[in-house]
Amino acid sequence: MSVELTNPGRREFLKSSALIGGSLVIAFHLPRAMKFAMAAEEPAKTYPPNAFIRIGQDETVTILINKSEMGQGVYTSLAMLVADELEADWSKVRVESAPVAPVYNHTVWNIQATGGSTSVATSWDQLRKVGAAGRTLLIQAAADTWKVKPESCRAENGFVIHKPTQRRLSYGALSAKAAELPMPSQIKLKDPKQFKLIGKPIRRLDTPAKTDGTARFGMDVQLPGLLTALIARPPVFGGKVKSFDAAKSKAIAGVVDVIQVPSGIAVVAKDFWSAKQGRDALEIAWDRGANADLSSAGLREEFVRLAQTSGLPAKEKGDATGILATIAKPLSAEYEVPYLAHAPMEPLNCTVDLREDRCEIWTGTQFQTADRNQAAAIAGLRPEQVELRTTFLGGGFGRRANPQSDFVSEAVHVAKAVKKPVKVVWTREDDIKGGYYRPAFHDRMSAGLDSKGRLIAWTHTIVGQSIAVGTPFEASMVREGIDASSVEGAADLPYAIPNIRVDLHSPKLDIPVLWWRSVGHSHTAFVVESFIDETAHAAGKDPYRFRHELLAKQPRHRGVLEFAAKKAGWGSALPKGRGRGIAVHASFGSYVAQVAEVSVEDGKARVHRVVCAIDCGRVVNPDTIEAQMESGIVWALSAALYGEITLNRGEVEQNNFGDYPILRIDEMPVVEVHVVPSREPPSGVGEPGVPPLAPAVANALFAATGKRIRSLPLSKHDLKTV
Amino acid sequence: MIALNVNGKSYQVDVSGDTPLLWVLRDHLGLTGTKYGCGVAACGACTVHIDGEQARACVTPVSSVSGKQVTTIEGLSAQGDHPVQKAWIEADVPQCGYCQSGQIMAAAALLAKNPKPSDADIDSAMSGVLCRCGTYQRIRKAIHRAADMAKGAKP
Repeated sequence: MSVELTNPGRREFLKSSALIGGSLVIAFHLPRAMKFAMAAEEPAKTYPPNAFIRIGQDETVTILINKSEMGQGVYTSLAMLVADELEADWSKVRVESAPVAPVYNHTVWNIQATGGSTSVATSWDQLRKVGAAGRTLLIQAAADTWKVKPESCRAENGFVIHKPTQRRLSYGALSAKAAELPMPSQIKLKDPKQFKLIGKPIRRLDTPAKTDGTARFGMDVQLPGLLTALIARPPVFGGKVKSFDAAKSKAIAGVVDVIQVPSGIAVVAKDFWSAKQGRDALEIAWDRGANADLSSAGLREEFVRLAQTSGLPAKEKGDATGILATIAKPLSAEYEVPYLAHAPMEPLNCTVDLREDRCEIWTGTQFQTADRNQAAAIAGLRPEQVELRTTFLGGGFGRRANPQSDFVSEAVHVAKAVKKPVKVVWTREDDIKGGYYRPAFHDRMSAGLDSKGRLIAWTHTIVGQSIAVGTPFEASMVREGIDASSVEGAADLPYAIPNIRVDLHSPKLDIPVLWWRSVGHSHTAFVVESFIDETAHAAGKDPYRFRHELLAKQPRHRGVLEFAAKKAGWGSALPKGRGRGIAVHASFGSYVAQVAEVSVEDGKARVHRVVCAIDCGRVVNPDTIEAQMESGIVWALSAALYGEITLNRGEVEQNNFGDYPILRIDEMPVVEVHVVPSREPPSGVGEPGVPPLAPAVANALFAATGKRIRSLPLSKHDLKTV
Repeated sequence: MIALNVNGKSYQVDVSGDTPLLWVLRDHLGLTGTKYGCGVAACGACTVHIDGEQARACVTPVSSVSGKQVTTIEGLSAQGDHPVQKAWIEADVPQCGYCQSGQIMAAAALLAKNPKPSDADIDSAMSGVLCRCGTYQRIRKAIHRAADMAKGAKP
């Protein structure tokens, strides 16, 4: 039996800690957006029992984690924050996914959600204070038992010890008593020198379950009588069902029902395979709608045309346009990046058991509050009648944080129609073709050097869809026509350039777009860091030196740049045919520089080695940071080499991993990660490893071959002739 | 009815013979450790052993495994202590974890045939199993470690 560590006083404590968490925020668009857009939920006023810590009489310490575990390691890093301050015995620590409740809201966004590489940064104060409060109460409980002063006791590794007599009581023995105590008026956080877990490479708590098949993902949810549904969705975005004939589908053994839902036609069956065959047998006449003629070629033409004109200003410093007009030979180039699918290994799915007065949902989501509220609205219930249980996520990358709650909403629609517990499963093809892509962009760049080769003017015109327009986030993310996520990493250039203009066109299209690991930075870093490289070469300067000079007033950029260059042996000789490229980019409060070594083999770019330096403030789990850098590098390399979603006659042309390839183990470069020591508050690690990779690779290809790559993916370029 | 043997147990399932083994394992036998990732043998998340050889369960008709021994991640070891599993834990390989059953089954099949694989052997045996989180560097390291462990375990 477990007992709770909670009491009325706790809520004031937690409330104030939440506010402190709020002051930690890194200045980028996402927190502000979420905070404003989703604040319909009342801030937490009361806190339910067992909010974050449960100590069992068997000494088990269960920590409830209010963030989604999608591979980034939060089940471990957040537990470390609590357990270190609590002085828990780490071998007794277990984690559980928190239910949906205001107490579990993100300390800045005020909704329950995981994203923006914010989990550790915004839980750093909150969860250490939760742990320290627990420790204080346990010490008080022991002191009361022994009738001694709490100052004469200390907590250590799951025990309270009376210092003069060395008497000991375990947390399991004290937890019931501690739970009855009033909240301490003061808690003392550890001096960082006293940390036992924070800063150490601690093994992930979820690894054993992920090596023996017991980890439960949304896809693995099983319930008595659970049905499986597949949905036939329109082949063109914005298309609709004109009519359908379910006769052949219903004739398939195992098919239970065929029903129309807002997103298409659902085939409900006893198991996946029956549902799949049933869906294959459906006959549907589609109204292909307004986008029936949409094609990538046509879109590109439109983007190129728009890029020739100035858009809405996102950054104006000095008179870049005027100065460029006076320069005899300004540098100019056009860049482009395609639409990209997230393609998490676990295809989207959601299980719903909808009853008259309650609804249970099991899914791997990054967006609990939004999904629960949307489900309640569809089910005709109050949000508190909906219980959403977050499973492990087989990858998130932003796809499972959908402002429209797409995969949850349609599952509730199906459950409502079929009146039985049902799991809606997306096939891989559904996932690849189903939209919510990283938007495609076209960028027109110009730069001017003075007679001494100094970069004095820079203009950047960006063309691409806004991920915020048309969503509940529009009001907060889009200011004076500028979606902050379209220009992040471009409008906030770190380089000391006296004249800068960045402007934006946001064409409105019906292609569903969404945040994709590292969001706008996934596009802007490629363009900015490639064009800076071009500028360096035009100035006749070494690309590392050129950046270094322009970053004189950016110590953290410079810090990682120097670190990566040194560790990579910048300037040293390479085997024939190999080139080295460098890029540096700040995102989500962190600073990352990467050096890539690349050659061309059989007409294909081959990345041999990536040296990565990150400054993400104070380190919680160095092994997690290393893993996330490796992960971000592979993610970005998949996109740089292969990633591309294209449209022809309104339809997405890609289907599965055959035509939307991702990196394989035989293409894996050697990745070396260096964490730059820092005493700044912790900042993001899930995403910041992504942005510098593509430009570092493209710059290395230029160094190796003399060919400048200005569009992705690399697989489109003929490298045979270089 | 189709008879099959999975992890040493005999089962009778009432499905048509062309049903992929993957869905029999997951939906009929409740063995959800074997994952669905693509349905077309393009990602390897569904990798199991059939008579000791790695196979993609998503394209294996259940009728074809009659009379053969199927091993899934649940049956790889009694206590999750196969050298590959131990090495995976030591190297903290998984991130999201969804592909890892397939990775582990492919690695175990490799080591059963080739107790001391080179990086090139690993690349060739493992290149059909995709990981979107990018755990490949650790997979390589863990396979070498598992090879050492298995070697050390022998008298």
